[in-house]
Amino acid sequence: MTETTLPESLAGIRDDFLALGQRERLEMLLEFSNELPELPERYQEHPDLFERVEECQSPVFIFVEVSDEGIVHLFATAPREAPTTRGFASILVQGIDGLSVDEVLAIPDDFPNTIGLTEAVSPLRIRGMTALLGRTKRQVRARVTAKD
Amino acid sequence: MTVENDRSEKFAGYAHPERLVSGEWLEAHLGEPGLVVVESDEDVLLYETGHIPGAVKIDWHTDLNDPVLRDYIEGPAFAELVGGKGISRDSTVVIYGDKNNWWAAYALWVFTLFGHEDVRLLDGGRDLWIAEGRPITTERTTPDAVDYPVVERHDDEIRAFKDDVLAHLGHPLIDVRSPEEYSGERTTAPAYPEEGALRAGHIPSAANVPWAKAAAEDGTFRPVAQLDAIYREGAGLAEGEPVIAYCRIGERSSHTWFVLKHLLGFEDVRNYDGSWTEWGSTVRVPIVKGSEPGEVPAR
Repeated sequence: MTETTLPESLAGIRDDFLALGQRERLEMLLEFSNELPELPERYQEHPDLFERVEECQSPVFIFVEVSDEGIVHLFATAPREAPTTRGFASILVQGIDGLSVDEVLAIPDDFPNTIGLTEAVSPLRIRGMTALLGRTKRQVRARVTAKD
Repeated sequence: MTVENDRSEKFAGYAHPERLVSGEWLEAHLGEPGLVVVESDEDVLLYETGHIPGAVKIDWHTDLNDPVLRDYIEGPAFAELVGGKGISRDSTVVIYGDKNNWWAAYALWVFTLFGHEDVRLLDGGRDLWIAEGRPITTERTTPDAVDYPVVERHDDEIRAFKDDVLAHLGHPLIDVRSPEEYSGERTTAPAYPEEGALRAGHIPSAANVPWAKAAAEDGTFRPVAQLDAIYREGAGLAEGEPVIAYCRIGERSSHTWFVLKHLLGFEDVRNYDGSWTEWGSTVRVPIVKGSEPGEVPAR
């Protein structure tokens, strides 16, 4: 599959960021950061399941669940001392959770570069979000393969 | 106007104790005329989650780096930046940050490129300040802008470029990266983004002293006797010899630069900010792999 389509959820987040000035974009990223959900109880005791995203300077871990109906659930955890990384993870969790496998795999890989944060946060840091998205998609593929 | 020095006993052994302040000193001096507190973190949002009352934020990437050239900002941009933060040429600037003051030391080094005289670090940085229960606020600091003169950046004394490093080979080099980066065994797994250098390893003859060795458990700088053991006995640095430190992009090595220059008092210390992302991608510069420093190649 080569076609890419941005799901409505992520397009909405992008539009919200682009409607703001640079400083307000940082504030909204901080809001996302504060909204990153706690891990569900069944995962709190299982740090081993989570994959570390090495490209992020701060420790951030993700885990993808694909239901039998092909619905993707994304879980992420990052320390409070790393609000930017938490914000990136939170955007993806809010935008991706509940999408179908095909919808997730169709997300353009350059989505992080299109939400107006490169200037406020710096292109170097945005790379961490690109890596988060890349690893999420890889985990989705791996889960689907495991089910076949 | 400068603010009095912190005369804590802990700092007395350092070559330039006036370059450090303790949390106790800073809390007692907050709000004093002539003092500006600056937070500089790896994470661009950390300051917004809470900072020392009255502190301003300077971000290493979005503020101090030129947005186009791979270089630091020039005099006019620096004057506008720091003047806007309420910093005058004679202000006492105390910088603190996350990760053992890693980025704070980088900011201090850039202030030094512009010859800002009185710039200090908060020993222990952000984490220790919070751990000690000292005040933190999310209230936005709104400094009154002041005039800061446009001064030319002086790279010669404390900054090394690639050609300087080539000419320096045979003199001490400190590679402050992790042992895996130094030996060149760190690999990039398939489908993961590249690390930003085409070759792995280190500059021939460089000693590997990971930067964080200079910090104690609580993030404060180690006492001078321990620093001597690490850098003089361990890495073989001797008085009177020029030394260059490097890492991946010059930030971790700013921390080591601070230690060598201000705490141990070495005269001629330069930071090679091009570091491995430049050296490891440059055509035909010598590289050594493995955990041994290796020989300086014959010229």
